[in-house]
Amino acid sequence: MQIYLPIAEVSVNALVLLGIGGLIGILSGIFGVGGGFLMTPLLFFIGIPPVVAVATGANQIVASSISGVLAHLRRRTVDIRMGIVLTIGGVIGAGAGVQLFAFLTRLGQVDLLVRVCYVVFLGIIGGLMLIESVRAIRRARKTGPVAPPERRRRGWVDALPFKMRFRTSGLYISVLPPLAVGTLVGVLAAVMGVGGGFIMVPAMIYLLHMPTKVVVGTSLFQIIFVTGFATLMHAITTQSVDLVLALLLLVGGVIGAQVGTRIGVKLRAEQLRILLALMVLAVSLRLAGDLFLQPAELFSIDATGAP
Amino acid sequence: MKPLVIALCLVLGLAQPGATEEIVAGLSQDEISITANFDGSEILVFGAVSRDAPIPDTGELGVVITVEGPSRPVAVRRKERIAGIWVNVETAEIDSAPTFYAVATNAPFDEVMSAVEDLRHGVSVPEAIRAVDVGVQNPVDFTRALVRIRSDQGYYQLREHAVTVREQTLFDTRFRLPANLTEGDYRARIFLTRDRQVISMFETDIAVRKVGLERVIYTLAHERPLAYGILALVIAVLSGWAASAAFQLMRR
Repeated sequence: MQIYLPIAEVSVNALVLLGIGGLIGILSGIFGVGGGFLMTPLLFFIGIPPVVAVATGANQIVASSISGVLAHLRRRTVDIRMGIVLTIGGVIGAGAGVQLFAFLTRLGQVDLLVRVCYVVFLGIIGGLMLIESVRAIRRARKTGPVAPPERRRRGWVDALPFKMRFRTSGLYISVLPPLAVGTLVGVLAAVMGVGGGFIMVPAMIYLLHMPTKVVVGTSLFQIIFVTGFATLMHAITTQSVDLVLALLLLVGGVIGAQVGTRIGVKLRAEQLRILLALMVLAVSLRLAGDLFLQPAELFSIDATGAP
Repeated sequence: MKPLVIALCLVLGLAQPGATEEIVAGLSQDEISITANFDGSEILVFGAVSRDAPIPDTGELGVVITVEGPSRPVAVRRKERIAGIWVNVETAEIDSAPTFYAVATNAPFDEVMSAVEDLRHGVSVPEAIRAVDVGVQNPVDFTRALVRIRSDQGYYQLREHAVTVREQTLFDTRFRLPANLTEGDYRARIFLTRDRQVISMFETDIAVRKVGLERVIYTLAHERPLAYGILALVIAVLSGWAASAAFQLMRR
């Protein structure tokens, strides 16, 4: 069933779009990632212009994240206070990121930078997570299912001022680290055109030491606001949000997110991390291939970049 | 420009005594509506040669028909390997290139039209691309790449022998327009040639427009971007909530 998208100005199969939306939704529900890092390349692949893909992807992620967050709220696995702190950082970062993006566009090469960003960040995060979770599973096998919780070492992070109690996460830490994490993710989200969940989730686990079950819901909570902000910015500056495309993607996406959330609670935390790590690594390798292998066509056409 | 071209044609036509052949032509449709389920379109171009004298025996009759979409600026980039990574090293800013361009002829292009006539009327695809001061060393490589890529994607077509000519008088051909059409005024041109020289020309417009919901969305996005953005967010929030609520109900 072909459908013509009014903003993207291409005709695509509606079922393919529903399928992509559903797939991203399932991932979103399981892992708490918006799925933008998969959505954007998939949309390129079926011929949606890059600008439209990025802007519309953001809008679709808002919907699937809300669907996911509501499921997590019922389960009380959202640290709203932490989410708000991260969001404040995220919006500041996204604002700065949009400026950075515009600056890099003027310089040219923004394409390359975005790709390198993807490969480097996805590669590092995927690799670290994989090593860590394999180790965790080995430990659990050796010492039985309940490993004694390691007492957190006191470091410079604990010496920072403005301490706040995050009850849901069971943390009493300074607001500065989460604020910084939020800002960094916001910048990357704007530059890479994604929600930033795949960076946020590991950052919350490894930098902020939040419990894994809370991480997913809180990440989704934060993603809603960052992608919502991005959608609005794109609608105003580039007029590249395609409502018809968004609608098809999000019908698939919201259903997928509900399914994903149910799968997510059944999986063990370590398995969850290994799966996410493998997926992140796969995307990273795929994009690295594009950088290092000789492309079939050395020339490319950019109909939107020209004045 | 247009009156000049037509005047030229007239002069050329008169320059050959007894060769006053005119085109009478029509299109199957002069308007294409892009609706939600638009999946490309086919246009039939047909016509006849009207004469006030017997068929001249000087040279073969050639019919060249073009359909051209609106032109847009386009950037063509070239990649090169730097430190193991494929990087865009050169960018050619091409002033204007048609978003769609199809040429159909009744014989090999070279045999029905001379290079001079091609240049004068801008008939073949490379002639339709305007690239002045593109900012690279070898601009020809870049325009060739543009034509190659767009031809592979079906936006540029050269179909020799696609025009059927009967009794040196009636002619017709079909153009397949892709689903990914750019909105705007498309131009169809018919050239009649003898001995590779243009002796008559006919031109008409085809309006390609979005209609209905497609038009409403497009207009709103461009004229009320803030409202459009908020609308997009509201739809996202509502559908996210609706899906969650629906699943909640299903579990009970």
